[in-house]
Amino acid sequence: MAKRIDVKDLNIFYGKFHAVDGVTLAVPPRSVTAFIGPSGCGKSTVLRSLNRMHEVTPGARVEGKVLLDGEDIYASSVDPVEVRRTIGMVFQRPNPFPTMSIRDNVVAGLKLAGVSNRKQLNEVAERSLRGANLWAEVKDRLDKPGGSLSGGQQQRLCIARAIAVQPDVLLMDEPCSALDPISTLAIEDLIGELKKDFTIVIVTHNMQQAARVSDQTAFFNLAGVGQPGKLVEIDDTEKIFSNPNQQATEDYISGRFG
Amino acid sequence: MTTTESTLDRPASPPAFQPVSGARKTKNLVATVLVGLAFLVAVVPLVWLLITVVAKGFTALLSADWWTHSLKGVLPEEFTGGVYHAIIGTLLQTLVCALIAVPVGVLAAIYLVEYGRGRLARTTTFMVDILSGVPSIVAALFVFALWIGTFGLGQSAFAVSLSLVLLMLPVVVRSTEEMLRLVPQELREASYALGVPKWKTIVKIVLPTALSGVVTGVMLAMARVMGETAPVLVLVGYSKSINFNIFDGNMTSLPLLIYTELTNPLPAGQLRVWGAALTLIILIMLFNLVATVVSRFSAIKTK
Repeated sequence: MAKRIDVKDLNIFYGKFHAVDGVTLAVPPRSVTAFIGPSGCGKSTVLRSLNRMHEVTPGARVEGKVLLDGEDIYASSVDPVEVRRTIGMVFQRPNPFPTMSIRDNVVAGLKLAGVSNRKQLNEVAERSLRGANLWAEVKDRLDKPGGSLSGGQQQRLCIARAIAVQPDVLLMDEPCSALDPISTLAIEDLIGELKKDFTIVIVTHNMQQAARVSDQTAFFNLAGVGQPGKLVEIDDTEKIFSNPNQQATEDYISGRFG
Repeated sequence: MTTTESTLDRPASPPAFQPVSGARKTKNLVATVLVGLAFLVAVVPLVWLLITVVAKGFTALLSADWWTHSLKGVLPEEFTGGVYHAIIGTLLQTLVCALIAVPVGVLAAIYLVEYGRGRLARTTTFMVDILSGVPSIVAALFVFALWIGTFGLGQSAFAVSLSLVLLMLPVVVRSTEEMLRLVPQELREASYALGVPKWKTIVKIVLPTALSGVVTGVMLAMARVMGETAPVLVLVGYSKSINFNIFDGNMTSLPLLIYTELTNPLPAGQLRVWGAALTLIILIMLFNLVATVVSRFSAIKTK
């Protein structure tokens, strides 16, 4: 449970386009790291390369290393499917499986991996839904379709689904950007609880959110359109938001650009 | 005094909202009339056709023999017998065709949407496009040349099914492809993020999500090939009796029965022509109905 991530000199390409240039950062276990920066700066791309999800896009490739507790997830002997099982992901828009009930959505990862013991599945469903603060709201309608929930509930359902397979790391790609403030608060509270068990990396456009939920913050920027995105700096969240080392970070945080 | 008041009452500038101008009203009227006329032009022939077929054919359908008996031993002038053998023939040929075309078509569509990149995918798409433009008589002649000419096998219902496959395949590939493309990429990624391999994602997430549309497409494609006439004229012989063997012997289908009875100028023959036509329309309508019901039941529920 809860492993550390070390990214070493990571370059990401889409075909010939150099999307992200030379990122080096470390994410300690049981912490929340926020990625902030203007649109197009590559923060989502970096996040997606942490569990080899960017490979789904044709032509995408990386150079450099991503180490999970010292093990390179890009080593040729590593199965990307296994990487994604170990490093879970929550997406920008809630995306429950439309053909499945609430319960089946939560245990989809286990069921598709071949677990068929009903009792075990029900236990995992309850534990994961409790973990995602959703149990009280859905316990009486577990057999209803996942699409019947509200947007905020659907996103917590997706978090429950992601933690049901017991990953070591949880990646979140702007998990609150499609939600109202109350649902956002619920997710932020949840992130605070989840970090007891998981290593969490979250991309967000909302700087207050980064300040509220994260332990350290990484600021990404790009020199211009068509230029690769870069990691400007990464530091404790308090430091980034009060006294950053780089002028660009201070300009972005104080709203002077971006 | 009154004049000053009326000046004061008058608004300083014309009101922001004006009534609809006469020119726009006229244009609207003209467009409405044109659209209405176009609708009538499209609908009138259809209704006319239906009325004609029903009026001339429905008396044939009233007898129980029509649905349960063949024309075996029935003389051209006799009003007895039925088209049971032709219904069986149409259904058998269509089902056998679907058994071949649906798996191949669905798998080809999965390849194109989920795996296909580069030249092979482009070539496949291009070939499917060409195949969908092949006239049914050409498909029939091709199977004739291959099945009967090259392989030296006899005329049979199976040869008909093979040529129907050529006509049904592009429709199935196209409709399935479109349905699979409608499945959001996010669902695939959500599945990958749980550590589910690609093939399992396709089988357990993508296909079930698209199922309702795929089934509808298949049913409509079947309804479409049911009435194909060219293959049955070329590839199988007419028979007055029932035949369940698709690999051997003559087998009548509804289009073939209609074509054959057209040469019978007697009132009994004419009634059989219109009766068989109406039966074919009803069969196709039933298929469309089943397609609607199935798609409604397999549709994604949100409540």
